[in-house]
Amino acid sequence: MSWAWLHRYASPPLFFRIAGRVIPWVSWLAAITGAAGLIGGLGLAPPDYQQGEGYRIIFVHVPAAVLSTMAYGVMAGAAGMGLIWRMNVAHAVAASCASVGAWFTVLALTTGSLWGRPMWGTYWEWDPRLTSELVLLFLYLGYMGLRSAIDDTARADRASAVLVLVGVINLPIIHYSVDWWNSLHQGHTLLKFGKASMPPSMLVPLLLMMLAFLLYFAAIMLTRARGEVLRRERNARWISEAIGALAT
Amino acid sequence: MMEWLYMGGYWRYVWPCYLLTAAAIGLNIYLARRSFAAAVREARRRVGASRSGS
Repeated sequence: MSWAWLHRYASPPLFFRIAGRVIPWVSWLAAITGAAGLIGGLGLAPPDYQQGEGYRIIFVHVPAAVLSTMAYGVMAGAAGMGLIWRMNVAHAVAASCASVGAWFTVLALTTGSLWGRPMWGTYWEWDPRLTSELVLLFLYLGYMGLRSAIDDTARADRASAVLVLVGVINLPIIHYSVDWWNSLHQGHTLLKFGKASMPPSMLVPLLLMMLAFLLYFAAIMLTRARGEVLRRERNARWISEAIGALAT
Repeated sequence: MMEWLYMGGYWRYVWPCYLLTAAAIGLNIYLARRSFAAAVREARRRVGASRSGS
């Protein structure tokens, strides 16, 4: 299999240009799907038969939790590519996932905590799902801490890539924790034995919100990655052309 | 409207979740744009310095 196409798209000027074109589209799509998801989730979806109106936290909690793990997956994939093929753009993408991933891990933990209080009677429990999500936050913080502690960018890229790849083991633990251990946390929300575990009136807004969060993540990550590419390509001639095309 | 805001008695848990989400979304947009703007400023300075030096 030829990887030439990958190297072509990993060219910094091409990435900078394509990302610049993609960001407005994904931003608008995120805003539209998010607005539709909010109307569906807060207005149209019926109350839950057990949790009443309190279950509506699901429309922000689950998308935040999905974003937190998805961002780590993207970060690990990009870090691995950077490590194997020595792609500067891949390392820039990996570095651009950490901050937004960490913020949304905090959001998943706090919204989960606020949901847990009325449903479980406690804000926090050392439950496998909650604990593995907390470990995810520490992995993000460790990654950012390690990067900022090393001045040389190439060394920081390599060291932080190894850390993020070791931490990948936590992703299946987060996902399957509700199956592997007795957990206070509810089971899989979307699929249970291959079937949706909720009616379409709840499922559709949830899927829309998840899509909105993932598009939002793409927009934020690409914006950060463009800046990261500019910082890394210090002496490249294309920089002068690229920033000349930007509005002042 | 008041009934909807009351959220069946769960308002004190539901609305803070949505407010925190809005804050996280806004904050990350601000931080990403600030980071990009700083990179552009730095690149402009570098390009300007290299032009005046040449």
